[in-house]
Amino acid sequence: MVLIYIDQADQQIKKSTQEALSYGAAIAKQLGTTAEALLLGNVSDNLTALGNYGVTKVHHINNVQLNTFDAKVNATVVAHAVKKLNATVVVFAHNINGKALAPAVAVKLEAGIVTGASSLPDTTNGFVVTKTVFSGKAFAAIQIETPIKVISLNQNSFGIHAQETTAIVEILDIPVPAPSIKITSVDKIVGEIPLTEATLVVSGGRGLKGPENWGILLDLAKSLGASTACSRPVSDADWRPHHEHVGQTGIQIAPNLYIAIGISGAIQHLAGVNRSKTIVVINKDPEAPFFKAADYGVVGDAFEIVPALTAAILKSKASA
Amino acid sequence: MKILVCISKTPDTTAKIAFVEGNTKFDENGVQWIINPYDEWYSLVKAIELKEKDPTTIIHLVTVGGADTEPIIRKALALGGDEAIRVNSISNDSFSVAASIAQVAKEGAYDLIFTGKETIDYNSSCIGSMVSAMLDLPFVSLATHLELNGTTATLKREIEGGEETCEAILPIVVSCQKGMAEQRIPNMRGIMAARTKPLKVIEPTSIAATTTIKTFELPLAKTGVKLIDADKMDELVKLLKEEAKVI
Repeated sequence: MVLIYIDQADQQIKKSTQEALSYGAAIAKQLGTTAEALLLGNVSDNLTALGNYGVTKVHHINNVQLNTFDAKVNATVVAHAVKKLNATVVVFAHNINGKALAPAVAVKLEAGIVTGASSLPDTTNGFVVTKTVFSGKAFAAIQIETPIKVISLNQNSFGIHAQETTAIVEILDIPVPAPSIKITSVDKIVGEIPLTEATLVVSGGRGLKGPENWGILLDLAKSLGASTACSRPVSDADWRPHHEHVGQTGIQIAPNLYIAIGISGAIQHLAGVNRSKTIVVINKDPEAPFFKAADYGVVGDAFEIVPALTAAILKSKASA
Repeated sequence: MKILVCISKTPDTTAKIAFVEGNTKFDENGVQWIINPYDEWYSLVKAIELKEKDPTTIIHLVTVGGADTEPIIRKALALGGDEAIRVNSISNDSFSVAASIAQVAKEGAYDLIFTGKETIDYNSSCIGSMVSAMLDLPFVSLATHLELNGTTATLKREIEGGEETCEAILPIVVSCQKGMAEQRIPNMRGIMAARTKPLKVIEPTSIAATTTIKTFELPLAKTGVKLIDADKMDELVKLLKEEAKVI
């Protein structure tokens, strides 16, 4: 059985879980077994609807202590559940909590793990999982040698596959150890899609010359319903908040569309965005290295191009 | 206070990525090696900052690798740290590497164990989580801030779309990222001192690898950028809609 970990925060299932469920269900199909899901804590979502992503059953450990994330506690509980349910493949989303949890679960199960998987495993001869390495500049095919396999899936690399079905929800009783950390406060930007979960991202660099010029970028983002990001120099200069910084030292993202405005495309920046499906680069310098990594490019003055692009998007939406 | 800082040797950020021997091995030809940036800038410098506040603090560095990692360890010692331990084992398997670090950590009875958020070569972000499980310690990942008050640590960690503040009683394992500390450059005194700092080499307890790298592959090269005239934004929108199908 393939068991998929449901990641939640604030009583809501995270979007990355839908992709992990779809991926786990596809592995189960490949192995001729069932896919089931594991939820720790309580959420307001309708759990039977998770069947839409291909799981037949949702095992629910409905202990309120598990509403908040504690890596040590969650790892102990998940490993215990895997053993109790006899799962042989355990799938996580390679998101913030998945990164903290999956390797610890692997240790407790004495299982081999591949984090940041980019495609379905090859099970024709053993169990080989391909993952991105060297900050997206290469792939490695890795054989897992142990009876239990743990995989965490790179976000936005498999897609969400859904069809209407329902899953059975079963309460699972697993002892929960005492908390190992005490969460004292949570500081969240309200009303914005977290960058790691955004499918469309508009990003600005030093080419925009100053924080007062961000209006055109925000208008473009609004016309698309996109999240906004920025390069390191921009966040270092406090033109934009630090949580918008994408790149090697900032957040790594893989949206469907990444529009880079006035960003030259240093290798450290590319390391954070090179898994984007489609990259559009707007830059006045035709020699900017970013053009080499782009799908579409516009050479010219961002202060003219960006408002024109916004207008074109609004026009296209109005006629749709 | 005793701190263990995990140090990994990685190719320089700008190194050319290529593979040899039928795409089974990373091509090390002409590659500059550095301390994994997250290990250096954030976890090591944070440990040094804590020692500056409390000079009785002892910092040990640990690396898992062959003798070729020693220049990197000396470079790290030049920044700070009292002594280094190299576990003489060459492995790409996170489980084995974490087991070697856990072996050192058990011996040393450390209050804090720091790792970087991930290495820039294999990007697995496994070691901190694994070591915490092997030692049965709390784990705080992607930390951007840490303050000590006696045996209580107050930490901030990244969460989706924000930040969470938590408290934990030492000993704990922490993976560090941007925000924890500011990058430093070693000075001449540090470099001289590093030459004589102890660097112990120990053998790993044997552990079977749980994973094996079969092959590497480079991504398909982009077919080339399609340039659109600056005054034809309708065309770009059409391409994004109909060709790329992303909006």
